[in-house]
Amino acid sequence: MKFFWGSSKRAEESAPKQKLSRRSSGVGEISRVLNSQEGLCVLDVGATSANNIRYFTDNGHKNYSEDLLRASLDPALRTLDSAGKATIDSKKFLEENLVYPNAHFDIVLCWNLPDYMEESLVKPTIDRLWSVMKPGGLLLAFFHTRDAGPDSTCYRYHVTGTDMLDMQEIRFAVPGQAEKRSPRLQRVFNNRHIENLFRDFASIKFFLARDNIREVLVVR
Amino acid sequence: MDAPQNNELANIGRSVVIKGDVSGSEDLYIDGEVEGNIDLRSHSLTVGPNGRVKASVNAKSIVVLGKVEGSLIASDRLDLRKSAVVTGDVTTQRIAIEEGAFLKGKVDIQKEAGKGTATS
Repeated sequence: MKFFWGSSKRAEESAPKQKLSRRSSGVGEISRVLNSQEGLCVLDVGATSANNIRYFTDNGHKNYSEDLLRASLDPALRTLDSAGKATIDSKKFLEENLVYPNAHFDIVLCWNLPDYMEESLVKPTIDRLWSVMKPGGLLLAFFHTRDAGPDSTCYRYHVTGTDMLDMQEIRFAVPGQAEKRSPRLQRVFNNRHIENLFRDFASIKFFLARDNIREVLVVR
Repeated sequence: MDAPQNNELANIGRSVVIKGDVSGSEDLYIDGEVEGNIDLRSHSLTVGPNGRVKASVNAKSIVVLGKVEGSLIASDRLDLRKSAVVTGDVTTQRIAIEEGAFLKGKVDIQKEAGKGTATS
């Protein structure tokens, strides 16, 4: 298990409430679907965003919100494996999270979750998302490239209904402490890792962005 | 946040634990623990920063600073402050979510006269 939090120095330096914007080809494709259809079932597993809730519900979609990164930090999930090494109980995590009927969602917004989540939870989480998505459903995820560096900012993403995405730095309070810090990038997936992660899905499309991010749009 | 001083406001203090249904015709502030359904149809509920509620809640407006586990129905407005931790489906006309609030569940915005808003 890697050190989860970024440096406090960096956390002190940055302004958490400043919104940034970036163009996103993946969000552009998702927005086209959301703008052209009604009654879709959308699951947002990023940090809770009132903007996203407003956008989805105003456009006649059903919205489910579940901040899986925060949920994965629950101290009750920490356990020791047979070798006495600290680990996270992925079975318990999935008993408490992503509990939905099979083939329930048309769209899943994963954002940058796989890059910041504890590694042992990533594959079980993607497998569960496969189960709860409808065949033909879309999943959007962002992956950092190696050039991004470990202190890459973890963002809350706000959809705008276009291919522009608003972003806000995320900070959490460390469990048991009052200080808020930004989560630390846990790893960098290469293209083969990403393809393996989504191997059960029907198709995968990569969009390379300029800001050391690969956007991945996956069809269930 | 201190409990608001208001004669029309019932107050469940932080050391109070209630197991059972709560209903009333005045605003309610909970900073203790409540396990049961809460029905305040035309009044407001505030769950204070120390509040722990395991219940289905039905109120005109709901403000959450503490922890709620259960479905929330706010006929007018739901306000999740930055310290809020809400696990359950929410139904309301208007919702405001501060940065840092945690919400896990289905969000259903019921529009009145064609209007529904969510702000952050």
